[in-house]
Amino acid sequence: MAHFNFENEVSKLIRMDAPITKGPQMRWQRKLGESINSSRNESICNNSVLQSSQCCKTPKSKGLSTRTPGKTPGSSTKTPGKTKQTPGKGSKTPTTMGDRFIPNRSTTQFELGHYHVTSQSNVNDSDEEMMSPSKKEFQTAMSENLNGDLMSSKIISYKNKAPSAPEGYQNSLKVLYSQGHNPTSCKKSIRHIPQVPERILDAPQILDDYYLNLLDWSVNGHMAVCLGGQVYVWNSANGEIQQLMEMEGPEDYVSSVSWISEGNYLAIGTSTSDVQVWDVEHNKMLRNMRGHAARVGSLCWNNYILSSGSRSGNIHHHDVRVANHQVGALSGHTQEVCGLRWSPDGRFLASGGNDNLLNIWPSGGGQYLTTDTPIYTFTQHQAAVKALAWCPWHPSLLASGGGTADRHIRFWNCNTGVCVNSIDTKSQVCSILWSKHYKELVSSHGFAQNQLILWKYPSMTKVAELTGHTARVLHMAMSPDGSTVVSAAADETLRLWKCFAVDPAKKKTPASMLSAAPKTMMRSGIR
Amino acid sequence: MAGVKQASRNAITLKGSTDIVAEFFTYGINSILYQRGLYPPESFTRVQKYNLTLLVTADDELNNYLNSVVNQVREWLYNMTVQKLVIVIKCADTNEVLERWQFNVECDKTVTEDSAPGEKSEDDIKKEISAVIRQITASVTFLPLLESACVFDILVYTDKDLEVPSEWGESAPGIISNSEEVRLRSFTTTIHKVEGMVAYKLSA
Repeated sequence: MAHFNFENEVSKLIRMDAPITKGPQMRWQRKLGESINSSRNESICNNSVLQSSQCCKTPKSKGLSTRTPGKTPGSSTKTPGKTKQTPGKGSKTPTTMGDRFIPNRSTTQFELGHYHVTSQSNVNDSDEEMMSPSKKEFQTAMSENLNGDLMSSKIISYKNKAPSAPEGYQNSLKVLYSQGHNPTSCKKSIRHIPQVPERILDAPQILDDYYLNLLDWSVNGHMAVCLGGQVYVWNSANGEIQQLMEMEGPEDYVSSVSWISEGNYLAIGTSTSDVQVWDVEHNKMLRNMRGHAARVGSLCWNNYILSSGSRSGNIHHHDVRVANHQVGALSGHTQEVCGLRWSPDGRFLASGGNDNLLNIWPSGGGQYLTTDTPIYTFTQHQAAVKALAWCPWHPSLLASGGGTADRHIRFWNCNTGVCVNSIDTKSQVCSILWSKHYKELVSSHGFAQNQLILWKYPSMTKVAELTGHTARVLHMAMSPDGSTVVSAAADETLRLWKCFAVDPAKKKTPASMLSAAPKTMMRSGIR
Repeated sequence: MAGVKQASRNAITLKGSTDIVAEFFTYGINSILYQRGLYPPESFTRVQKYNLTLLVTADDELNNYLNSVVNQVREWLYNMTVQKLVIVIKCADTNEVLERWQFNVECDKTVTEDSAPGEKSEDDIKKEISAVIRQITASVTFLPLLESACVFDILVYTDKDLEVPSEWGESAPGIISNSEEVRLRSFTTTIHKVEGMVAYKLSA
């Protein structure tokens, strides 16, 4: 062991003379260095860190080095065999320190580490201060680019944030789409209502567009259906199918159909903003009336006046008898007109649009005025108003149904402009029809059940729900005898439901009552 | 007499204009909250305004929040220091901005309290405002469904030199990186011009 002592002595002596390049600095040196030059200081401290880490490794490897000599750093690698016998040599490898090395090292390392950390953050600080003006400019330009016109303005917000929605609340729009099947609370009616359609017809390529009106049934029993760019007429008496017309362009389609009340002429509205009148018996177009700026999604006849509603929000009145056909224009909608119905007595025209408005227009007593002020504008619907139907027994009672965000059927008295009743149907209302024989109405719906609902009026209790369609039931029409309802859905089928069938025994009673009425009156007169 | 009354009706003063715009913000924000389903629909009540049926929240806490924001904005509208009002709709969990309704406010800074009132009838302004609100209502048809629970925040862009009240703090702009923008109609009171825009995140 003596030779080690000797060697240590020698190295000590040598170090005394040599300048201390390695090893931890004295505190005063560090302070001095810090104040003089931070960069130089860094290099020094880096050095010392390096070294101290080396120091720390070697003592640890003392044990290990016997087995894995290749891993031990420094001089010990040269004498792998020796290290086993002479552990003291390990302490020699860090040539910098003497025998007081180990306890000193641990303290030094801690201080250094701390210093290293603090000095690094200092360096960063000074970095920002010392940034060149051009670089600063670049940074502001970049942030301006990224944040928009922030430089000229401040963005602030109120520190107290708005209260969040109650726990467990789900977006109602989303709830709508996850509506489950609720057990129907249908009232038992005495009348038998078949739960399955009487007949199912294919309607390939029928457009799934809420804003169109692609189905109508004439008084002669002809049912007109638009399938993409073609119009077919189905004769309900004999089941014959006839193709009436086809659009020329492959992208063009028929957007609405409506039968004249006599049932011999069919009005057709197209995506090319034409309004055509066709003679079905002779399979020929009688006239083409232009004037709209966008597709014609809704049509309705009032005697010889054909009213057409367009995507542009305008409604035109066409007198189909005269050459200068456009006799009136109504501009009360800002978006597509998707519902259009004349009242049975021809006094009012109801129009519903995608701007959630329901307008009631006057007929003008034979004159069809160009106006932009309806008699009434009803704003209660919170979605597009497509489903419109006038009550056959109350001349000024209108039923209207709203789209997905609204889901209500509302009843209006158009003499007074009052909402008489409203009911939440829990589903998009696509179409409404009143029964001719019963005090009932039927509505067709979209998600989730794609059903038809029969309602009693005015109690609005559900009479029946007819399910079967696998996609939303976009259109409905009633057979001329009022017993059957046809529904067209986005699942490309037409279904015929015999839901208003008249019981022959019951049908007699009103007739017999009518005939009985004069008798009683006579009798009272005699007495 | 009638003529005098008519004249005063068509005159828009700075104070009146401020009230009109602030009122529009109240109803506009309420409409957005209802239409986008941020709060339960049953917590809203119907009111007739601008010839429309609008839904406003009946929640006291939310009302307090909106009132305090709008009242502050009203002051800034009067001083003409406000540039934009932005409603940011964020996902409650990830804080990702999904929708951003921006209303740019342009002020005619030459107008002061005492200057001659502008000429525009209140009815015309109401018509313009109702068109904007109808557009907000109709926007549900194209805006993507907000799948997750969402919170909203109202940001106000003001002049740089404005002294920020203690209840207000600076905020990030909340800009959506991958977004589609739709411009809405604008309306003007001749003193303030408000221009709407909605930006929404494109589904990847």
